[in-house]
Amino acid sequence: MNPALPFLELEAAPRVPVIFDGTALELPEGANLAAALLAAGVGVFRQTPVSGAPRAPFCMMGACFDCLVEIDGVVRQACMVEVTVGLEIRKPHGGDLGPV
Amino acid sequence: MDRFDLAIIGAGPAGMAAAREAADHGLRVVLLDEQARAGGQIYRDVDRVTGLRGDILGADYTDGARLTARLRAEGVRHIIGAVVWAIEEGFRLSYTREGRGAQLAADRVLLATGALERPMPLPGWTLPGVMTAGAGQILLKQSGLLARRAVLVGSGPLLYLIAAQMVRAGVPPLAMVETQTRADMARAMRHLGGAVRGWSYLAKGIGLLAEITRARVPRYRAATGIAIDGEGRAEAVRFTSRGRAQRIACDTVLLHHGVVPNTQAARSLGVTHRWRADQACFAPVLDTWGGADVPGVFIAGDGGGIGGAKAAEHAGRLAALRIAECAGRLTEADRDRRAVPLRSALSRELAARPFLDTAYPPVAEALSPADATIICRCEEVAAGTIRGHAKLGCLGPNQAKAFGRAGMGPCQGRYCGLTVTALLAEANGRSPDETGYYRIRPPLKPVTLGELAAMEDTAPDSAEQERAT
Ligand SMILES: Cc1cc2nc3c(=O)[nH]c(=O)nc-3n(C[C@H](O)[C@H](O)[C@H](O)COP(=O)(O)OP(=O)(O)OC[C@H]3O[C@@H](n4cnc5c(N)ncnc54)[C@H](O)[C@@H]3O)c2cc1C
Ligand code: FES
Repeated sequence: MNPALPFLELEAAPRVPVIFDGTALELPEGANLAAALLAAGVGVFRQTPVSGAPRAPFCMMGACFDCLVEIDGVVRQACMVEVTVGLEIRKPHGGDLGPV
Repeated sequence: MDRFDLAIIGAGPAGMAAAREAADHGLRVVLLDEQARAGGQIYRDVDRVTGLRGDILGADYTDGARLTARLRAEGVRHIIGAVVWAIEEGFRLSYTREGRGAQLAADRVLLATGALERPMPLPGWTLPGVMTAGAGQILLKQSGLLARRAVLVGSGPLLYLIAAQMVRAGVPPLAMVETQTRADMARAMRHLGGAVRGWSYLAKGIGLLAEITRARVPRYRAATGIAIDGEGRAEAVRFTSRGRAQRIACDTVLLHHGVVPNTQAARSLGVTHRWRADQACFAPVLDTWGGADVPGVFIAGDGGGIGGAKAAEHAGRLAALRIAECAGRLTEADRDRRAVPLRSALSRELAARPFLDTAYPPVAEALSPADATIICRCEEVAAGTIRGHAKLGCLGPNQAKAFGRAGMGPCQGRYCGLTVTALLAEANGRSPDETGYYRIRPPLKPVTLGELAAMEDTAPDSAEQERAT
């Protein structure tokens, strides 16, 4: 528990390794991915395709799409994904996901 | 394709209560929710919450386990992690689960999709570190996380609830920047009778305020000129209160000025919506059972108009009674007899609303933001751009899409729709009803080609995470 991080974690849970944008992180297994990244100190999840402005989770309920990340080539809402061992997460390239 | 008597979308209090009631009358019910566990927004992850987190969240939260427990009894097929993205006449539902598309059919649908936080466009609200107060609460409920250095901004009971929960957890907010004024409270006094009838809300509110005061959380009232400062992330909140300019440094800003019905699914089905001046939002037009003006479509809970969790539960059961009667499982007389206690409980729950809605109105400067403020987060469109569209003759949000990109990003207007309507209505001197809202078409959430390619035409029969009967 690092008091310099913006979030306090009430409970400790077994952690698994994942990679975010090339950095190795240990996140609680089964945790909400957006929450786990925030707790690990990840402050910026993506840059907007329009102006390149930094963004991070805003609604945590799958409605705002500000938490978009790329996992296995698919752009997904981090707040709708659970942490599993070995996730390779990147900031989404080529902008947002559009409806087909 | 699997066929059900009733498909319910949303496993919050409205959807869970309706599912139980309908199944108890012998209907084949399927309940779909995009979340991994039942509960909805208020009771998010209630089945996983441990002792300490439960104590912090309080009895109003842990009470939700009563509803999730009943869901596990017979008759309800609960498909978790199912993002419903299309509902077509007849009814055919398309959804995505674990990266695969699937479909099912139902004679009737009940939309229990709940509420969204009212959009709160203030300067700097797109910076990392700025979240809705509801998001702050979801972090606590679902993940046991609390912001160490947070400022809460806005108005309304939910703001006090989260502040009190932070106090209980030992990380009180640095400050509460509240926008309601003495004049709002004076106006609300007209509705005091209702508030007294719904006294439990008042008592709870007073209790929360006492907790916040005891913890000496600074409260700034009647705040105006609110902006979030920061280079690349939120660093401080600036505002004026009682004639004095303030700046409070922080890491996290939690915004809230009420919740509004999530109308995406209902609009995609062509349900008529009308402006509700008392709640400053659009709500679907419904009969006393939650029936919409599209045959076979019902709506219950906050998606039908904001009433809170207990009201959602009663409304869910009322809709289920009517649906059971339509399906020939209940006589009209039986339906009406069972509805009596639900209707009086519902009216008790709603009694305090006019008081609360008047005492804690939406933040004026977020309803009509300054020209430079971004109002569409996805496409980064500013308020002034929408006003510019109006000058060129743009009357409504759909027309605005021909002028610019507001509402065309992945959130499909969820966090800009009401603002665009308000800006155009104000600029053109027309009412919100005349101005209208975005036309919503499926898919309700973006679907990938891979998910479509993996489309199955039936729901998986024995996926281990499902609860089937
Ligand atoms: C973020 C947030 C936090 C809140 N916290 C509180 C609180 O602590 N206390 C309180 O009294 N009130 C709270 N509220 C107010 C809340 O709206 C009600 O109290 C209550 O949750 C309403 O119940 P409901 O059943 O109508 O909808 P909800 O509980 O909102 O449930 C709706 C469900 O529908 C699902 N859903 C929506 N669209 C789809 C789709 N297309 N496909 C699949 N599933 C879908 C959602 O995942 C959700 O689980 C909160 C509201 C929000 C937005
Ligand atoms: S934080 Fe809004 S969609 Fe994930």
